[in-house]
Amino acid sequence: MNYLKKFYYGDIPEDKGGSNELKDSSKVSSSGGASDWPLWEVFIRSKQGLDHKHAGSLHAADAQMAIENARDVYTRRMEGVSIWVVESKYIHASNPDEAKSLYEPAEDKIYRHPTFYDLPDEVKHM
Amino acid sequence: MPLQDLEKIFQDKIDAEIKIEPKDWMPEAYRKTNIRQISQHAHSEIVGMLPEGNWITRAPSLKRKAILLAKVQDEAGHGLYLYSAAETLGTSREQTINDLHSGKAKYSSIFNYPTLTWADIGAIGWLVDGAAILNQVMLCRTSYGPYARAMVRICKEESFHQRQGFEILWVLSKGTREQKAMCQDAINRWWWPSLMMFGPHDSESTNSEQSMLWKIKRKSNDELRQNFVDMIAEQVKVLGMKLPDDKLKWNEQTRHYDFGEINWDEFWNVVKGNGPCNKERLEARKKAWEEGKWVREAAAAYAEKRKPQTPKGALEAA
Ligand SMILES: [Fe+2]
Repeated sequence: MNYLKKFYYGDIPEDKGGSNELKDSSKVSSSGGASDWPLWEVFIRSKQGLDHKHAGSLHAADAQMAIENARDVYTRRMEGVSIWVVESKYIHASNPDEAKSLYEPAEDKIYRHPTFYDLPDEVKHM
Repeated sequence: MPLQDLEKIFQDKIDAEIKIEPKDWMPEAYRKTNIRQISQHAHSEIVGMLPEGNWITRAPSLKRKAILLAKVQDEAGHGLYLYSAAETLGTSREQTINDLHSGKAKYSSIFNYPTLTWADIGAIGWLVDGAAILNQVMLCRTSYGPYARAMVRICKEESFHQRQGFEILWVLSKGTREQKAMCQDAINRWWWPSLMMFGPHDSESTNSEQSMLWKIKRKSNDELRQNFVDMIAEQVKVLGMKLPDDKLKWNEQTRHYDFGEINWDEFWNVVKGNGPCNKERLEARKKAWEEGKWVREAAAAYAEKRKPQTPKGALEAA
């Protein structure tokens, strides 16, 4: 197959000297090569009172290093007051191919929303 | 599901501006193009630290040193956001870095030019980061989710880079005769390579429609380059300096600046590895990697040692 030939900043095509071989595209793995440090997912609480939110990922030898690296990579401008890290291999995710059936049970239950109910105009504050 | 159906679902999502996420089905060419583009972009951030790092110890004041250090640190962060984004597509970090070191993967050619004076640090911030920002703002809307999210983060940090660069030149432009000359000289040397950052003319590129169709990219090279020229041609007036192009002229009809032709021989030469600093840059990266080896190994050994041990005999008993 003929891949894109057009290139942009940071995108020089293979036939002009830029290339990047794909190791195994069928497997979207998170672990990487044998000598890589493990991959960690980083969650950051930006402010006291808010949830931790996924910020990105990074490599580190252990949890402590992951937290320190997360501080340097994701909170250089005081974006966080608390950091969680978890090794990516422990994250279990739902399968996007099954999204339809997985979320289907909620689809026909519009009565779960307050707007479903018809109330007389006289009723205030409800 | 047949391939055409998967492709149709994929394209429908793109058309509906729904982002593609790592576990979604995607055509192999889309995956491959993204891996190449994101990792080259990551390498550019990482190699981009070298020309600027050259001036950290020689910055003219403590303030400038702290600023430059913070900027270079940001570039490291940008490289890391992007390496992570590339990894979500199924490459390993190690492979990606190996490809840089073996010369297989490329990075932006602009970083193969030397930083000869302090004014170059100003010119890089203003022109090189300025050109990068135009590209990156567009990429905030790219169709691959992790790439777009990395770009949003990067764009938030990038505008300080351009402003500090302009400020360096602005201070020089009001300085002594020598400082003014240094400022103009840096602009002269960085202007054309900055224009080259946008890549060859649209007419030179085939299959460009695919990239647009997949919304990996939303503006063409020439479009972005024109935006850049229009922006810089105005800003240079504030500095009281000149861009080194006698063909540069406002065009009332097109409402854009006309400008001269890029030296494409130079462009291809540098891409092919014959720029002033190609060898030096790669060597610096490889050296850092090699000399950091013992640190990586020590950290891995330490992590291994601290892992909770299986109680002795537990395996035999089972
Ligand atoms: Fe950057």
